[in-house]
Amino acid sequence: MKAAPFDYVRVSSIDEVCQVLADSGEEARIIAGGQTLVPLMAMRLARPSLLIDINDVSELSGISVDGNDLVIKAGTRQADALASDIVKSNVPLLADALSHVGHTQTRNRGTVGGSLVNADPSAEIPLIAQTLDAVIVARSTRGDRTIPVNEFLESAMATTLAPDECLVEAHFPIWASKNTGFGFHEVSIRDSDFALAAAAAQVTLNRKGNCEKLNVAIGGASPAALRLTIVEEELVGTDLGDDAIKAACAKIGDLIDPQADVHADAAYRGRVAKVMAGRAICDSRDRAKGVLQ
Amino acid sequence: MSEHKITLTVNGREMSGYAESRVTLVDFLRDELGLTGTHIGCEHGVCGACSIVLDGKPVRSCLMYAVMAEGHEITTVEGLEGPQGELSPLQDAFWENHAMQCGYCTPGMLIATHTLLVENPDPDEEEIREAIGGNLCRCTGYQQIVEAVQMTAKKLREAT
Repeated sequence: MKAAPFDYVRVSSIDEVCQVLADSGEEARIIAGGQTLVPLMAMRLARPSLLIDINDVSELSGISVDGNDLVIKAGTRQADALASDIVKSNVPLLADALSHVGHTQTRNRGTVGGSLVNADPSAEIPLIAQTLDAVIVARSTRGDRTIPVNEFLESAMATTLAPDECLVEAHFPIWASKNTGFGFHEVSIRDSDFALAAAAAQVTLNRKGNCEKLNVAIGGASPAALRLTIVEEELVGTDLGDDAIKAACAKIGDLIDPQADVHADAAYRGRVAKVMAGRAICDSRDRAKGVLQ
Repeated sequence: MSEHKITLTVNGREMSGYAESRVTLVDFLRDELGLTGTHIGCEHGVCGACSIVLDGKPVRSCLMYAVMAEGHEITTVEGLEGPQGELSPLQDAFWENHAMQCGYCTPGMLIATHTLLVENPDPDEEEIREAIGGNLCRCTGYQQIVEAVQMTAKKLREAT
């Protein structure tokens, strides 16, 4: 359980990260929190020849609002995002999901960007990014690139980030309507463990109380977090009754591809994913109506 | 692969040592600095036995390379004791409540609950369990650990 030998460089600016990446090719990896990369290296599932430590890059840390987006810099610690009033008041769905990311000790090191680039199928942050149509900004010596998250998350533990690119920030759209609510549910073996299945939803109701806009996605049941567009299409315009939600979520069986492991078989994960999706939508409806805090 | 000279503050004292890039912080603390109070369990971030305080916050020392800790401030379980080497109130409460069986998880449990009490002097049971959520006790002695933290919190409140 010891990593293979590697070289190490500590950098202090994004330009420096990009230059080192451009010079060293695919053998280099960025390390921020290291909460995923260090175990992968210990198990020798990853063997980079060079680690680029970005923990001193202050321009990669921070949370702000830019127009209609909540902008989180890639190196922002998960614990700082969880404690942020800016996150909580603008994208409460993300704040809620962050409390399920690992536990205190890993959130103190783990970063928001690190979770996105690692793209674990059951990870909460990529799931929320997928739910809300987040936009990823990456930089290389070739310039900046803006990537919609559904083009960024490719598969399990794989993104479309090029080897010479550094993730700079993620933009989470803020839903301005007051009649907006969110829901987040997950099932895991223990609190703070990887989710067997998770679901996130956000809804805006119109003045009549009907569904004007609905985004819903599930994690842990497919190679990457998956938007449930058929559920969204079926429920927009309805009053989001419990039975309609349940019937819509029953149709996602064909879309998902849950994998079996020692903790849960594929059929169970699939079944849980449907139930989580339904509960997330119900909670988002109830929060939009103000009947759930 | 070159060795790095690493200088950091451990339990209030500046210390230096040498390590290859791939040496984890916990191995560096134990093997290079001789501080064997911090335990190594799983070596991949699951068990919490290697918990330390880094710049005031509890983290896993198996999930950091020692070279990344250059210039940082660390507290290990050895740093919890009082000025005369006496047990801290929390350590004393662990002893009092028999909040350990084999003792392997104890350094990590102490770090996790010490940092909890610094931030929250009056935690409820759920908050205590949340704080040790990343620390495994394979003897499953969690109940006594929770009770030790509750006793410490009560004593500290009464003392102030």
